[in-house]
Amino acid sequence: MAIVEPIVEPGTENESPYRTGSHWWQGNRFLSVQMWLTPLVIGGIWLLVYFWVAGRELDSIEQRTLNADYLLTAIGQHLRLTVVATVLVILIAIPAGILLSRTKSRTVNNAILGAANIGQAAPAIGVLALLTIIFGVGFWIAIAGLVAYTVLPVLRNTLIGIQQVDPALTEAATGMGMTPGQVLRRVELPLAVPVILAGLRTALVFCVGVATLATFVSAGGLGDIIVNGIKLQRAPVLIVGSVLTAGIALLVDWLGGVAEQTLRPKGV
Amino acid sequence: MPDTSPAGSAHGASIELIDLTKQYEGAAEPAVDKVSMSIPPGELVVFVGPSGCGKTTTMKMINRIIEPTSGQILIDGQDAMSLDPVELRRGIGYVIQQIGLFPHMTIGENVAVVPRLLGWDKKRTAARVDELLDIVSLDPSSFRDRYPRQLSGGQQQRVGVARALAADPPVMLMDEPFGATDPITRERLQNEFLRLQNEIRKTIIFVTHDFEEALKMGDRIAVLREQSHIAQFATPDQILADPADEYVSSFVGEGAALKRLGLVSVGTAPLQSWGEDASGLPSIPSDVTLREALGVLVGAGSDRVVVRGPDGPIGVLTMATVTSMLEGAGDGDC
Repeated sequence: MAIVEPIVEPGTENESPYRTGSHWWQGNRFLSVQMWLTPLVIGGIWLLVYFWVAGRELDSIEQRTLNADYLLTAIGQHLRLTVVATVLVILIAIPAGILLSRTKSRTVNNAILGAANIGQAAPAIGVLALLTIIFGVGFWIAIAGLVAYTVLPVLRNTLIGIQQVDPALTEAATGMGMTPGQVLRRVELPLAVPVILAGLRTALVFCVGVATLATFVSAGGLGDIIVNGIKLQRAPVLIVGSVLTAGIALLVDWLGGVAEQTLRPKGV
Repeated sequence: MPDTSPAGSAHGASIELIDLTKQYEGAAEPAVDKVSMSIPPGELVVFVGPSGCGKTTTMKMINRIIEPTSGQILIDGQDAMSLDPVELRRGIGYVIQQIGLFPHMTIGENVAVVPRLLGWDKKRTAARVDELLDIVSLDPSSFRDRYPRQLSGGQQQRVGVARALAADPPVMLMDEPFGATDPITRERLQNEFLRLQNEIRKTIIFVTHDFEEALKMGDRIAVLREQSHIAQFATPDQILADPADEYVSSFVGEGAALKRLGLVSVGTAPLQSWGEDASGLPSIPSDVTLREALGVLVGAGSDRVVVRGPDGPIGVLTMATVTSMLEGAGDGDC
């Protein structure tokens, strides 16, 4: 008996419920050994340097710098500079980036991007020198220099992060009756988070490096140790300062990477 | 459906377009030029035309994604231009070709977007989400918490339809909703949607460039030429039987008679009664079209085919019947 069935019966479900390999947790570095490699290597290098210094006879000049109190103070100052500058950068650059993504005005666009570009293009040490001539020295002068230098990556990534959201999604959101503010908060910003975080990570690493220059405006930090090492020609001092700075920069970058993985919206 | 919508109108609303025009700045001619059209509640109207003819622009003016330059839109007699566009859009379901599911939200959250915008409480929203996923044949318990990229294209488009239906809007706008799916999935989605529309009776504007899809989906079809000028606005059968001009004929293409067979279901054709002698013949369900029945007849090399209803055979369709209907269609009477 020949039964001919030319029609595909609706409801027969042969579409795969999952596309293979698209589980959100796949490729998540949180679960991998690789993820812990960076802090382990940095810790190892710090330990090596510690034993090397501990095995040496330190003269009185070296001792004045290479003691726990002095080092911890310098690290504390350095981190404070970095954190305060980064918080300010977030407060300035993310809203500015959102504003940029909203405006069609060329003037506003050029003004904001131009200012951010100048901040990054001008050598940080030059900016600090100028600020010092005008305003004197101190913590907030160092912060001003750091912020000027690191605004651009966050600003640019906020703008790009919002612009790269599929226009079909914003159209769907608008068509469903979201206000422009709701489209921004519920669709555009969540989807821009990974890109914004990548910019923030870059800014943080810049911050740790450039904060060594804070020593020239009497704002302390690890720059003090490095400059001491150079001026007084004490290699152990110079090396400890440099290794600490580099290690912290790498650790901050690593933390940024972890944050990117953790804060990335699920499903994206 | 047991749902009580905020608008109080689960079924469709009428739509009236009066001299609707869109003139872009700097363009010599309007993109859409004085379109007037009246759509009764519950009708599915297809806008069909070549790309760039203004069909999508015309549709997007109805929910004011594109603001009209002049003209009027009346939905259930109410002037859409006098409403807040955001409020207007919350009462109009919107399905786009790219689907536009939000990738960072689960399927459940996607469907719940409009209810949440309207401030429904959690319980009512959750119940509605499950009900809708059921309606589009996706099992709520297994799909609710998945993310869009874990779904196939066809499943995503069903979620797109469910999302547009969430707040039970009287009007739906669908912009090539099945355009991005493969032919088999598209046909299945079309069939499912037609069955759904039979129950919910929304007023729907459906844009496509695929004339076959227009024939299949539309209660009426508006064939549009440049600037959204209406070349013909009629039922699929009228358009096939009596195209208004050369332009419409070019859309209909060859084989209009054959296409008309595609509009008639086997169950409505005259059938011979079923007898024991018919066993061994090929069989088809009664809800397929005569065009498909013809395909089976030719393919099986038989001149008769058994038509099955839900409870077994209901009759026998002969080649002669199909041929006579084909000739009748060719004469242009309808």
